Amino acid sequence: MSTVPPGVTRATLIKDLRLEWRSKDAINSMLFFALLVVVVFSFSFDPDAEESRQIAGGLVWVAFLFASVVALNQTWARELRNAVMDAYRVSPAPANSLFLAKAVGNFIFVCILEALMTPLFIIFYKLRALGPAWQLIPVALLGTWALVVNGTFFAAMSLRTRSREIMLPLLLFPISIPAILAMVNATTVILLGGEGPDTSAKFWIVLLGAYDVVFTTGCLLLFETVLNAE
Amino acid sequence: MGDPIIVVTNLIKQFGRFAALRGVSASFDAGRLYAVLGDNGAGKTTLLRALAGLTLPTRGTVSVLGNPKLREVCRELGYMAHPSLLYDEMSGMENLRYFAKLYGIEDEARCADAIRAVALDPELSRPVGQYSQGMRQRMSLARALLNDPSILLLDEPFSNVDIRSAREMVALLAKMRNAGKTIFVVTHQALLLDGVADEFVWMEAGVIVARTAHFEPVEAR
Repeated sequence: MSTVPPGVTRATLIKDLRLEWRSKDAINSMLFFALLVVVVFSFSFDPDAEESRQIAGGLVWVAFLFASVVALNQTWARELRNAVMDAYRVSPAPANSLFLAKAVGNFIFVCILEALMTPLFIIFYKLRALGPAWQLIPVALLGTWALVVNGTFFAAMSLRTRSREIMLPLLLFPISIPAILAMVNATTVILLGGEGPDTSAKFWIVLLGAYDVVFTTGCLLLFETVLNAE
Repeated sequence: MGDPIIVVTNLIKQFGRFAALRGVSASFDAGRLYAVLGDNGAGKTTLLRALAGLTLPTRGTVSVLGNPKLREVCRELGYMAHPSLLYDEMSGMENLRYFAKLYGIEDEARCADAIRAVALDPELSRPVGQYSQGMRQRMSLARALLNDPSILLLDEPFSNVDIRSAREMVALLAKMRNAGKTIFVVTHQALLLDGVADEFVWMEAGVIVARTAHFEPVEAR
């Protein structure tokens, strides 16, 4: 695994943020998708506060997962246009810098989505955490990183396949099951305030942390092979 | 003549059951301009991509500057593909500033110099997507020149470029060759390079079939 020079990673991240700022492709599609999910779910169910707390963890994370897939699919699309990826591949810049910049970029986009959508979830589902609400922050950060690190990797892997929009969820969802389980359970425990089957979210937060370390390392080790695959 | 700068030995490249290169062996000297010619599907682009390290050989070796590990000599290579290899949403200068960082080049003046070298204006703030095809090709050449490579690999640099711009590009290539750079130009417009190229490399069905000092149309060979 090659080292990651911060200059190249920073330059790639800034370039991606600049391109997204100009096109707003990923943010717009994610926002509209997540908004639709919130509205459709709120019409489909009419839960009281207690039921909301029971199901909100699952609803929130499923909405974010599906919405982030929309953005992840676009992560590499602009590198394919005009074959810009080849310009990166012929340069001495290491593959990992590209991967890390893309993953951090996606992390920022999904965090923005979560920051904008969470108040809507709270309003629509009358949510109020009975447990320590601050624990939702590490759950959100670690869970989001779990989604984007694998998503960025598998989006790159499915880049050269004919139906990559379908391929990404097929690859991403199964491998994300442990992370999704941890995110949903942690959120539910925090919302229920110790009334659930597990009384602490700490176990799930540690599990998410371990998942992140393992999969980030794995992705960094394998990304060069994925980038240069023909 | 010194040691060859590029040596290709029995290079075979297969895509599934299709062999794009069928045992290419050749050596190329430094400071020369090679025009690589042939029909569509002859293997010109695949050969160029193999020299750039973008395509891994199925069999055989490519050695650049005596090194078969192309990753280690990539700073000495400049590659221009048929697509522009540029971000349409960014200006020429923004594009080059980004690609300069990939080579560890911090000096912005080098980006501006590369743009001026291809007769474009570094101050142009328009995104590349709004450039004419000719301007895009020239900006793409500027990107390939950015790291001041000793070997330039150019795939169809004159396609969709008006004749005046193409002649300007040829003059620039001749100047760079005279300055000691080794240049490979894959093209269908061989006449543009007649009298400029040092050698015409003819490819057919994945092999080099002839190397001539002057442009000789297929019928004449």
